[in-house]
Amino acid sequence: MRADAARQVGGGGLVVLALASWLVPGAGHLWLGRRTKGIILLVALTTMFGIGLALHGRLFPFEASQPLVLLAAIADAAMGAPYAIAWAFNLGEGQPAALTYEYANAFLIAAGLLNMLTVLDVYDTVLGRK
Amino acid sequence: MTSHFLLLLLFSFFVALVFAVLMRNEPRDQVRFGAMVFGAFVLSAVVIGWLMYPFSL
Repeated sequence: MRADAARQVGGGGLVVLALASWLVPGAGHLWLGRRTKGIILLVALTTMFGIGLALHGRLFPFEASQPLVLLAAIADAAMGAPYAIAWAFNLGEGQPAALTYEYANAFLIAAGLLNMLTVLDVYDTVLGRK
Repeated sequence: MTSHFLLLLLFSFFVALVFAVLMRNEPRDQVRFGAMVFGAFVLSAVVIGWLMYPFSL
């Protein structure tokens, strides 16, 4: 698997692969031929992100003056393309008064962080660490 | 959906699913590991929830 993965990606392809994996959850695994894993990750992470938006969660702004908000914003943005789409359509404004607001934020933030974990998994797979 | 417990189950399910897929390769191992993570999430949340009664802020 190590040699196959390294051959598929090639020299400078690792950065492109990591970027693709970040932009589209599960894309890295699909690229490496791990279809089942890739499809499960794609469905699970985008569903989590969608649930977070549907439950009135907030996509936090990048405010350096508020470190916790900044960290939450980074975690949100780690979701890649779904985050960009939600941001472009003004989704994720958040309703703090909603009963589900905190849970929704947990879904949004966790989805982004898990997507970062998938990027690291792809990276490790290509380098033969897994 | 406003039930916190159902949301907890849903959240735990998805996180356990992703962990299992990333950290195990064989389907049987994935199911076992995913079930363990899911159970740990739910159990720890219930235990911590009960502890927050006597030690609330």
